[in-house]
Amino acid sequence: MRKKHIAVLLAIVLCLSLTSCHGSKDSRSFVIPETFDTAKNYEITFWAKNDTNVNQVNIYKKAISDFMELYPNIAVNMKLYTDYSRIYNDVITNIATGTTPNVCITYPDHIATYMTGKDTVVALDELMEDAKYGLGGTELRYDGPKKDEIISEFLEEGRIGGSYYALPYMRSTEALYINKTYVEKLGYAVPEIMTWDQIWEICDAAMAQDAEGNYLINGQKVLIPFIYKSTDNMMITMLKQLHAEYSDDQGSILLFNDETKKILKEIAIHAAKGEFSTFKISSYPANFLNAGQCIFAIDSTAGATWMGSKAPLIDIPKESILDFETVVRPIPQYDVNDPYMISQGPSLCIFNKEDPDEVLASWLFAQYLMTNEVQIAYAKTEGYVPVTAKAQTSEIYQDYLKRSGENNSDYYDIKIAASRLLLENTEHTFVTAVFNGSASLRDAAGNLIESVCKAVRKKKTVDDAYVDDLFKETTSLYHLDQISPIGMNRDLGPLPKTSRLLLGALGSAWLAIGIYVLLRKRNASK
Amino acid sequence: MKKLITVLLGLLMVLALFGCTKKPTVDPEPEPVDTGVMTYAEYAALPADGSAEVIIEAYVQAVQSYWEGATLYLQDKDGAYFVYAGQISEEDYAKLVDSTDYSNGWKGLANGTKVHVEGTKSEWSGEVEITDATVTLVEGGDKYLAPAEDVTAALGTDALADYMNKKVSFKDLIVVASQNSAGEDVPFLYNWDGSGEPGSDLYFNVTDGKTDIYTFVVESYLCYDGSDVYEAVEGLNIGDTVDLEGFLYWYNGANPHITGVTVK
Repeated sequence: MRKKHIAVLLAIVLCLSLTSCHGSKDSRSFVIPETFDTAKNYEITFWAKNDTNVNQVNIYKKAISDFMELYPNIAVNMKLYTDYSRIYNDVITNIATGTTPNVCITYPDHIATYMTGKDTVVALDELMEDAKYGLGGTELRYDGPKKDEIISEFLEEGRIGGSYYALPYMRSTEALYINKTYVEKLGYAVPEIMTWDQIWEICDAAMAQDAEGNYLINGQKVLIPFIYKSTDNMMITMLKQLHAEYSDDQGSILLFNDETKKILKEIAIHAAKGEFSTFKISSYPANFLNAGQCIFAIDSTAGATWMGSKAPLIDIPKESILDFETVVRPIPQYDVNDPYMISQGPSLCIFNKEDPDEVLASWLFAQYLMTNEVQIAYAKTEGYVPVTAKAQTSEIYQDYLKRSGENNSDYYDIKIAASRLLLENTEHTFVTAVFNGSASLRDAAGNLIESVCKAVRKKKTVDDAYVDDLFKETTSLYHLDQISPIGMNRDLGPLPKTSRLLLGALGSAWLAIGIYVLLRKRNASK
Repeated sequence: MKKLITVLLGLLMVLALFGCTKKPTVDPEPEPVDTGVMTYAEYAALPADGSAEVIIEAYVQAVQSYWEGATLYLQDKDGAYFVYAGQISEEDYAKLVDSTDYSNGWKGLANGTKVHVEGTKSEWSGEVEITDATVTLVEGGDKYLAPAEDVTAALGTDALADYMNKKVSFKDLIVVASQNSAGEDVPFLYNWDGSGEPGSDLYFNVTDGKTDIYTFVVESYLCYDGSDVYEAVEGLNIGDTVDLEGFLYWYNGANPHITGVTVK
């Protein structure tokens, strides 16, 4: 008798196991609690990234303090970082030991790697929609944004494999910071959008020297007319502007193509003439720009407070700073009528924990960082923009924008011009596909440019053969040949109908066997 | 006849045996092998614009914590080098220091192991360094730890750059105030603008009372929070007189990475 009962139980267990073997969720999968237990105390950790900017740190601290007043049972401990790669490295280390933070500032590319661990990162879809604790939920103790108040382009950046795994926190793009004084001195005007060809032409013109080796434009021995901070962005954006391939949603590596080769050969020509360099090779573009040793500096809008003669933040001796007019423009384009610029900036992700209440506490804090108070305050520290329409259209933020140039600190005109650049071009921003390995691919894209710049300094010829070899070396160096398309734990979506029918039939068969055994047993006992 | 043949064969065998012994010969002096290793003078003569590939051998004075390679402070009796993010195996890196336990208080002072470095001579914000370097241990190499050179007199002069990357000391400097974000005078800051927290780089200002104010740094990847020097700087007061020791790093000017503080 006991054996037969066991058979029935086994049959049921088998049915259950069969129906749960696709897109399964283990015991650690997060389920939203019905009610947030306010009688219980929670301690959560927040790993925050700032731009080595004390104002940003102070805003984080105030946000935590204000949040803890609203939720006295949630204590938030912050750990500060100034480098995304350090956060990435620490998270990877802590996934292994089960000591991830609760809330973390990160890049979506990095989240894709975190997600290779099962149920490591919490999918936010249900949380966002939850009537009580979701975006704009009825039980929130603050006035957070509703889902449709988050700028859709920014929100979509956090969608990985069909689910949201990140909330945008701040957004920036890249800007072209121009020494307008020098451009005009060289006989050129600064158009609203510059082309790559225009940039290279002006760089050529700037290289004239006197007999002593001083550049005529600045009277100094040092001039690098064009410096790009992020060469991975440079390559990715140039390819995007050319509608050339880079990667796709399936995680295919498409970077090594003919357009990439053409771009590299073009860059090599200008690097060989000393017209172009990079942050990794030469240092911060702002330092050269402010010293009159650079005419075109491309850096994040989130670095705007460092740019220009009157920049509130400086990194070189004051006596080295020259007086010139700075203007902010979109990065150069191949087609000014079809502009593209990258969307970047910090996002928030939530790590899963054993206690669903702790996860809910994390979600409440993450959501709080999207309130107007935090969004507007943080966006004002740099050339960031708030990620919600609620904040962007608020009276306070609009007033801030209008006061551009009132002083060189809170209302520094270059900073506000950089923010406006993104506000006015949000529809022209793009992001690249996120998959396990996309962070390596990004690094590889930048490495190609760094490599050709270094090669020409050593008088190497950058031709097709060189670039072909570079493609092979880069593939190997970044293990790009080991990335399988769809190589991550994506949510594969619902089962196909045929599979569902087959599994249903199997389950029914086992159930029928169980019922048959039970009936036989009952008949026998009569 | 058979006996004769036997005797002859016997003689041949004996001669053959003698023929096997090695004749004493005088080996000629081995030709010196050109390994391409440069002297410091040869290295110093090369431009730092990324055009020169260099090979040097020197002794590791200090290391920053391992991070996809190693950043090393090297020196020999003739000069000093800075290797930025050199490629070295984690196993070899561990032989350069007493401990790779990066818990609180770790300090990257090395044991003077000799290493072979191949890379590119470059300059980044004024710091002359070797980049894209591969680093290997010199088997059977001797060890050397450089004494700190007192460069107090060179503060504020162009001559200070001649000591770049060397182990140096500064005597009788006075701690002057830094300002935090609230505008208050403080003896040091976590990060250059006070945006850090314990564990971040420590910045503090000093003067020799004659020339200018200089900013010194406790680089947090070289001397961790909890190390003697980190705690000593956290304990400084404005007006303290101090002797300092460290490596003369450069970032748009002298930016010494301090490894020792003595408050007088």
